[in-house]
Amino acid sequence: MAATVEETSTTTSAPARTEGPRRPSRVGPVLLTTLTWIVAIGFFFPVLWMVLTAFKSEAAAYTDPPTLFFSPTLEQFRAVFDAGIGPYLANSLAATAISTIFVLVLATPAAFAVSLRPVEKTQDVLFFFISTKMLPVVAAIVPIYVVVNEIGALDNIWTLIVLYTAMNLPIAVWMMRSFFLEVPKELLEAASIDGASLGRTLREVVLPIISPGIFATALICVIFAWNEFFFAVNLTAANAGTVPVFLVGFITSEGLYWARLSAAATLAALPVVLAGWFAQNKLVQGLSFGAVK
Amino acid sequence: MRRSAADGATGPRGRGAPHGPRRGARLPFLAVLAVGLLGLVTGCSGAGALGAEPGVQTVTVAIVSNSQMKDAIKLSPQFEAENPGIRMRFVSLSENEARAKITASVATGGGEFDVVMISNYETPQWAQNGWLTDLQPLVDSTPGYDPADFIPTVRDSLSYHGHMYSVPFYGESSFLMYRKDLFEQAGLVMPAQPTWQQVADLAAKLTDRSKGRAGICLRGKPGWGEMLAPFDTVLNTFGGRWYDPQWHAQLTSPQVQQAAQFYVDLVRNYGEPGAAQAGFSECATQFGQGNAAMWYDATSAAGTVENPDESTVVGKVGYAPAPVVATPSSGWLYSWSLAIPKTSPHPDAAWKFMSWMTSKQYMQRVGTQLGWTSLPPGSRLSTYRIPQYQQAAAAFGPTVLNAIQSANPQQPTVQPVPYQGVQFLRIPEFQDLGTRVSQQMSAAIAGQKTVQQALDQSQEYAATVGESYQ
Amino acid sequence: MTTRSPRSEGWVRRAPLLPALVFTIVVTQIPFLLTIYYSFQSWNLVRPGSQHFVGFDNYVAVFTDSQFRGVALNTIIMTLGSVVIAVILGLLLALLLNRHFVGRGVVRTLLVTPFLITPVAAALLWKTTLLDPTYGLINFVLGGQTIDWISQYPLASVMAALVWQWTPFMMLLLLAGLQSMPGDQVEAARVDGAGAWSIFVELTLPHLRRFLELGIVLGAIYLVNTFDAVYMITQGGPGTASANLPFYIYQRAFLGFDIGQSAAMGVVVVILTIIVATFALRLVFRSFGAAGES
Repeated sequence: MAATVEETSTTTSAPARTEGPRRPSRVGPVLLTTLTWIVAIGFFFPVLWMVLTAFKSEAAAYTDPPTLFFSPTLEQFRAVFDAGIGPYLANSLAATAISTIFVLVLATPAAFAVSLRPVEKTQDVLFFFISTKMLPVVAAIVPIYVVVNEIGALDNIWTLIVLYTAMNLPIAVWMMRSFFLEVPKELLEAASIDGASLGRTLREVVLPIISPGIFATALICVIFAWNEFFFAVNLTAANAGTVPVFLVGFITSEGLYWARLSAAATLAALPVVLAGWFAQNKLVQGLSFGAVK
Repeated sequence: MRRSAADGATGPRGRGAPHGPRRGARLPFLAVLAVGLLGLVTGCSGAGALGAEPGVQTVTVAIVSNSQMKDAIKLSPQFEAENPGIRMRFVSLSENEARAKITASVATGGGEFDVVMISNYETPQWAQNGWLTDLQPLVDSTPGYDPADFIPTVRDSLSYHGHMYSVPFYGESSFLMYRKDLFEQAGLVMPAQPTWQQVADLAAKLTDRSKGRAGICLRGKPGWGEMLAPFDTVLNTFGGRWYDPQWHAQLTSPQVQQAAQFYVDLVRNYGEPGAAQAGFSECATQFGQGNAAMWYDATSAAGTVENPDESTVVGKVGYAPAPVVATPSSGWLYSWSLAIPKTSPHPDAAWKFMSWMTSKQYMQRVGTQLGWTSLPPGSRLSTYRIPQYQQAAAAFGPTVLNAIQSANPQQPTVQPVPYQGVQFLRIPEFQDLGTRVSQQMSAAIAGQKTVQQALDQSQEYAATVGESYQ
Repeated sequence: MTTRSPRSEGWVRRAPLLPALVFTIVVTQIPFLLTIYYSFQSWNLVRPGSQHFVGFDNYVAVFTDSQFRGVALNTIIMTLGSVVIAVILGLLLALLLNRHFVGRGVVRTLLVTPFLITPVAAALLWKTTLLDPTYGLINFVLGGQTIDWISQYPLASVMAALVWQWTPFMMLLLLAGLQSMPGDQVEAARVDGAGAWSIFVELTLPHLRRFLELGIVLGAIYLVNTFDAVYMITQGGPGTASANLPFYIYQRAFLGFDIGQSAAMGVVVVILTIIVATFALRLVFRSFGAAGES
């Protein structure tokens, strides 16, 4: 987690607020650190427990009181793959990757048009984009279902790709815009005085500056697309189901197999958790619409 | 380092200020790219799934993920091996979800599925709507299929104008399971035909909270296929009904109030913890782990209860008919069955698979490969004549068959009613009405409402639906 | 350089925007127009041939449905409650993390995890592992209670899962805000003899304000659309005690198959959302429209 290290170095100027005016005693910080650790572990514990349960046998998962010690088994993961999570993982991967690429391809020029060379009514355009995020998806699900059905695209991965693109596009435009605004105007002016064409300016001057921003945007899109459930559950069946749909289908109506469910849930969550862990700072940047640099 | 965003407020202003006279001549390249991409999207969205093989028909089946259905999925490669031109795909969903998905798909002619698993609630209605393929010609022309072997009550419930529109995979009624060992310890005896009052007394005696043991497990989870199923049988046998013959809602009648109060009290006082969230599967876990002394539920539960992989009470369970009050019998009638939506592009391949999955040979296949207790029960009379099954299901087989044969969907309660069905009303609005009423009852079980409040609200819902029939 | 007319000039400027704009309009607005159309129809999917124009009947039904009002109230409680609690917890965590201590990176990594977990998986985790009355960890931690959280406190159970998932987000955002605080101001105040509390109230909070606003608006946008958690944990029950509008409309549409009424509910929700969103958007614009706009 190199990113974290880099970040601590920037905060040297902000001393801990809690230290008070007098020289801090040794006890206070130690207590606070302990408290912080306890809270963090508390927050993380359910996840840890899920992962542990995934390695238990069914019998060990259903114990009262719960056990921490058990002989680990890969049996549950095998069961999950036997139950056919494979195609669902592939679908999730396809829907996430392709929709994210579409979002970037559509959002980059759009963000450019509302930042560096703003069109008239930029405010209205931005307002429109973000307002589509505020409209409840559920209000549109019935017509979407009917239309998708009419054009014969139910249970088709491209349907999800189009919807996920539309779902993430507004946020992406906002995020990318904030990154474009970061580009110093002087650089652009210098490039244009040098007679560079706009395309070249974009490629050679702008792109390098905003590429971390593009990465942050992509990460957010990946998270939301991978985790999306509502469209997936309503519009897919055998061919285009994604991992969350698999997970729900896996909750059988013949007794709940916690260990097996935990294994499936772990597999479902793993890709995004790993991605998020390794790009924490990007996550902050993206989610704050670039307000945090 | 970190430019606080607040600084931005003092940043460059001047919207629309020109950025200089020169603009790249090649600007539209991004736009062209984006438009091209859009074309790609729309072009591809028409295409089907990836990787369809030529000359192979893919039959997509939507089923409910109960254990017998999962067995069928497990055995389906054998079907594919015998029928090389057919490839099977299964979508297995939980009951509520399967119902939502299948109904939406079939009603809108979605065509995602070639085979759907529906029940005796949907079959006649959907047949009437023209949504299902008439199976009778296929049934009659398939040698050795022997439709006369289906249990008559089940077959009738899946027919419309004398033609079968779906074929039963399994059938079930409801009955009372009880722990013989606990009864013996406590010196109690289960009557041959228990009444609900007797069951309540037994439950009171067998509840032992200190050992984490409930007297009885009853469903409380909302959903018309969940808590409403057992509750409806109680409602009926107490002499209650949903409507009088003129479609006036009757959910606040004294009989219904009595039934509802009884059910709620029983499960609140002697039922399982978390009752308002407990459905079939939760009760199966509770009872299978030995946490309940009795369980009133579907007869198909016997397969789970007697399976040593899933249950710790194998061989300790006795089976009694559904408890009654004012009717001679009270068990429900339900069948998960397979149908072909009219929109299926491969009805012949679909039928091949359905007939395979509901044939007598399939029973032998399951019995020899997966064990005789795993047979899908309640569909064929011949199942109950297989010696190995008779032996494996000795404890419950005859009780199950009896319950299914004596279920009476034509006359579910004491007084006449304008609808058919025991644990449901066979009208299209019932899915919604039943779900809403079950939510009210579930809230009463959770203690969030009184029974009176729950019934008052339910009566309102029922009256609205009833008006459209008057 | 070719000279262009102002007209084509405008289109060149607009061209990069158009694909995204057209795409968004087509995919998000056309369904809403259809929703409005359906809302004036009586149409039950399972009664073929039932589709006909009924004027405002569906809207009358929506407004006289006492459940709808209850569910709307639930939505408000669920959204606001979760956001506020998540912001407060997030702020506390951010303050705890805004110090130097051993393993800070690890702690942040642990804390951020709940936000990354697939909501369906997170809801499942809460429903089974944590809140189950018999085998749940929470009852175990409380000393072997058998409290049936999900039936007795359904709304709170759902909100617990939501808060758990969204607190890390608030924490990350506010931590970034804290770290962007100029240290010299704090130092100056301290030299002036200001106490920790007054520094917090007079310097830190005002500085964090736009981060708080951003967190609240973004959190609200996502949480008001919560579906997964309700669907997985309580199915809206018992009764409709924990149903929110997305779940309720979903039920009307995909269990009731009452297309007309669910569409009418959708329209009502959209109108309510627009009213609330207008205020929220002002906030966003004030916060960061400023960040460079215009």
